[in-house]
Amino acid sequence: MLLLKVLVKNAFRHRLRTLLTVVGITIAILAFGLLRTVVSAWYAGVEASSASRLVTRNAISLIFSLPVSYREKLIRMPGVKQVSSANWFGGVYITEKNFFPNFAIEPKTYLELYPEFVLDPGEKEAFLHDRKGAVAGRKLAQRFGWKVGDSIPLKGTIFPGTWQFVLRGIYRGAESSTDENQFFFQWEYLNETMLKTVPRRANQVGIYLLGLTNPNMAAEVSRNVDATFKNSQAETLTETEKAFQLSFIAMTEAIVVAIQIVSFVVILIIMAVVANTMAMTARERIGEYAVFKTLGFSWWHIAGMIFGESFFITITGCALGIALTFPVAKSFGQQLSSFFPTFNVVRETIYLDSAAALVIGLVAGIFPAWRAVTIRIAEGLRRIG
Amino acid sequence: MTDVSDATVTPIVRLRSVSKSYRRGGQIVPVLEEISFDIAQGEFLALMGPSGSGKSTLLNLIAGIDKVDSGAILVGGVDITSLSETELASWRGLNVGFIFQFYNLIPVLTAFENVELPLLLTSLSRRERREHVAMALRIVGLADRMDHRPGQLSGGQQQRVAIARAVVTDPTILVADEPTGDLDRRSAEEILHLMERLNRESGKTVIMVTHDPRAAEQARTIRHLEKGFLTDVAA
Repeated sequence: MLLLKVLVKNAFRHRLRTLLTVVGITIAILAFGLLRTVVSAWYAGVEASSASRLVTRNAISLIFSLPVSYREKLIRMPGVKQVSSANWFGGVYITEKNFFPNFAIEPKTYLELYPEFVLDPGEKEAFLHDRKGAVAGRKLAQRFGWKVGDSIPLKGTIFPGTWQFVLRGIYRGAESSTDENQFFFQWEYLNETMLKTVPRRANQVGIYLLGLTNPNMAAEVSRNVDATFKNSQAETLTETEKAFQLSFIAMTEAIVVAIQIVSFVVILIIMAVVANTMAMTARERIGEYAVFKTLGFSWWHIAGMIFGESFFITITGCALGIALTFPVAKSFGQQLSSFFPTFNVVRETIYLDSAAALVIGLVAGIFPAWRAVTIRIAEGLRRIG
Repeated sequence: MTDVSDATVTPIVRLRSVSKSYRRGGQIVPVLEEISFDIAQGEFLALMGPSGSGKSTLLNLIAGIDKVDSGAILVGGVDITSLSETELASWRGLNVGFIFQFYNLIPVLTAFENVELPLLLTSLSRRERREHVAMALRIVGLADRMDHRPGQLSGGQQQRVAIARAVVTDPTILVADEPTGDLDRRSAEEILHLMERLNRESGKTVIMVTHDPRAAEQARTIRHLEKGFLTDVAA
């Protein structure tokens, strides 16, 4: 207990130095936590994807559509329980700065396939029965102050014109990882308009979404779907929802890797700073450690005091950093909601923060402990006076 | 040089052909050469000699904080030159009380806690430790300063705390390296008187290194070291 007291008191002998080191660790852990959260947010779509859903798209490219007639064939395939479709609409709300994902969907089947989008039954009915109806995620509605019944105009970028929608419902996510920043409206509305204005673009969907009876059949169903439409006018590429999401991540993988590298560089920098602090500390106290050794304390007592002090400083900084990560991430998430629909600090980030703190504490203590343990007592005592 | 005393009482410390050298800038500098002598139980020995004569090195070897190049040192029948570092640390904790020139107290601990430190390595209970510490501080006349930190005490008081720390484990020998070197004359006399009293009343074997003839006068035996050799015996 007394040695623990020595350890804690030693940590505060140079208050300013210790305080600055703790602040440094806090900022490093905060930066590390936020960067890891950015990486997690990048993969949020992947994490939220279901193993029981497949995505079928045009084999040439995602920008090419598929005929609506495929639906009948798809629903009859073994292992397919439900089929829905979605078109990336790419509409702009007032200005391009107000970006959010908006899709034309087949509403009934879509909401069945995505039970994580939770709608009030009344709002759901209203949405299904209004050709110009739309639903928005809770965060998106909060962002623009939308209420049910509001008229929302979107300026089409892929589909020309200004499109008027009536907000019929606001969905909330069943999980914290569910994207609440999306906007959905009826594909029928889009298709009817296309039939009138640009008929060659009518009766087309962007992607098909297949609900499986058994997730284990994903590979088999994918093969069957693509084989069915082989040599057709629009060949398909079917993959799991996770693989589909990962294909988007792959486009920006270099950025994710860069963020991951930077996050570890931050830890390396703070490791050097703490190691320097501990080296200075141990050098100043080498005489005291010699006194401890003289009194009969063994090498593990000395190493324990140095590592203990190192861990005390790093764990204090880490705890503060982790505590700050949550409110700062929340604030970041609000500011960046159009880029990161979910910006939650995941448990793995906290584990990584803690592991980083332990590694910093350990590495920072190794050299000073080795020095204090191996120095001859007589030499250590000469440093006093 | 061989100089084994014909001690009439049992020797507590026995040195046999002890040699020690240091390496400085690639050169080997001999410090002690073939030293042999005994120190009797209850002795108060002063080791004197000019700077660099090897007296502090000799004290460090007897106290087990440095290793001999050759020879043997027996303290209380234990050949400390054959002990491992860990065994030696444990042995020091039980058998040697240290008094340093610069007191070497731990500045973040109170006088009481500084004295308690060596007892942490024993099997004593907390209550027993408190009793031992209180007694040691009473012996050195600092019972009323036990909650003071070293920085709140004078040099003489700090050295008395160091003496309390040295005697609290009831060690076999007390070693003191220039214990009055950093004190004014009055404080130095108090410390020397305290050490003399510990030797006389408690029968503690005291081995003191000093270059101060006044300090050495307190000892019952004075030995001189010159260039690594014992040169004479004075009582």
